[in-house]
Amino acid sequence: MKYAYYPGCSIQGTGRAYEESLLPVLKELNIDFEELEDWNCCGATAYMSVDEIKSCVLASRNFALAEKFGYAEIMAPCSACYLVLNKAQKYIETSKPVAETVEKALSSANLKMTKKIKVRHPIDILLNDIGLEKIKQHVKRPLKEFKVATYYGCQLVRPYSTFDDQYNPTSMDRILKALGATVVYFPIKTRCCGSSLTGTLPEPGLFCAYIILKEAIKRGANVISTACPLCQFNLDGYHDKIEKKWGNVRIPTLYFTQLMGLAFGISEEELGINRCIIPLNIQSNQTVSA
Amino acid sequence: MQRCRIFMQELVRTIKYESDRVPGFGNEILKVPGCENLQSCIQCGTCSGMCPLSIYMDFTPRQIIELVRSDFKNEVLKSYTIWLCASCYVCTVECPREVHITDIMYELKQRAIYEGYYPNHFPIPTLAREFFATVYKRGRVTENFLAVKMILKSNWLDMFKSWRLGLNLLSRGRFPMKPENIQNKEELRKILDTVDKVSIDTLGGISHIGNGTKTKTN
Repeated sequence: MKYAYYPGCSIQGTGRAYEESLLPVLKELNIDFEELEDWNCCGATAYMSVDEIKSCVLASRNFALAEKFGYAEIMAPCSACYLVLNKAQKYIETSKPVAETVEKALSSANLKMTKKIKVRHPIDILLNDIGLEKIKQHVKRPLKEFKVATYYGCQLVRPYSTFDDQYNPTSMDRILKALGATVVYFPIKTRCCGSSLTGTLPEPGLFCAYIILKEAIKRGANVISTACPLCQFNLDGYHDKIEKKWGNVRIPTLYFTQLMGLAFGISEEELGINRCIIPLNIQSNQTVSA
Repeated sequence: MQRCRIFMQELVRTIKYESDRVPGFGNEILKVPGCENLQSCIQCGTCSGMCPLSIYMDFTPRQIIELVRSDFKNEVLKSYTIWLCASCYVCTVECPREVHITDIMYELKQRAIYEGYYPNHFPIPTLAREFFATVYKRGRVTENFLAVKMILKSNWLDMFKSWRLGLNLLSRGRFPMKPENIQNKEELRKILDTVDKVSIDTLGGISHIGNGTKTKTN
């Protein structure tokens, strides 16, 4: 089956390393996908603070486009997109006025939503459609040196996730273990990273990011893996400010797809690892031992 | 005596009184899709305990819920709490009474923006409105352009505090030089404009602020 790939805005801007690493990994595993033509922004959290109904309408245009081009499932790698698309679907299902408004709005552009398009996260697809066995077969360089703190972030598993537990998600842990990495015990794996507050109100936002970085180091991790462009940005980009306020908590934050790519033997340049502000320094030992 | 009088004028009453209420506010929120379970809150405080940002809030989420259903509109819409909510949904998931606290916060944010309750140059609502306008204009959002716009409109001196981050992003190719656009902008605008026209009737009497009317506030 062909998935409609819905990248989202961040993944092609500040989080472009996510796309750069996701695409080769999907190709390596022979997953058939195509970018959804002329997709629009999902609205994320900021749009919902201004107008919730329009945010549903924005999301629905993507569903309608997917239906028009004959896809059955949308693959959304960004946590915020994943949540907003799911939330819109839920609102349309449960509230009749919302459904009618969306229908009217879409019909003004000759679009329609008749069937339910499933929204899926790459972790879901990798785990449930591809399977750990197949992922293991593709591993060329096991990630023996990596002690990973798996950080899921909030919107990936809460509140509409269908593929993992809301309280203690384990899907990313299982994938990383299959790659040969050590996964450390990390109880705050779904705590908020500060989201856009890091840019708007630095004190509370950066404190949230600091807690996660500190905890990861305390639990003995040497890298944090994440599945969300905003989490990666917050945990990676603000080290100078965090250091000034609370002390040094330097630890690299990579996308889980970058770690997968490393295990599959894809080069660092291709995976966009040089785009991290805190550089990954485990790699040198890795290549020696491999 | 003079001194005493000035001092008295600056005092603010800390206990809320019946006369501070705006009757009907709680019921309005209750009718909004997603906020229906407001009345079942048992004030246990699980939300406030779980919230990673409640340590910075003027009212905790538990207090907000009680203030909303007791009609204290001004206190709620002027609070920092609604803007500090990062929508991580931990309260919604943990709530034993299934109150969708995050959705209620969204509704309150929408009303605060629509009715102009937030302080001038406060960056969070400014970001939300800039985001809203950018989507209408381009269909996609380019974060660095959005951030620059937000800083210029809220507190432009902050620009100097972020130079290092900007430089870091620039040197690693994470700072797009051109804003992204969709091809079919007319189609998207038409869809969004239709919402403005239809939703007021469709939502039949529910004074739902999320019906598109607020887009006109600028």
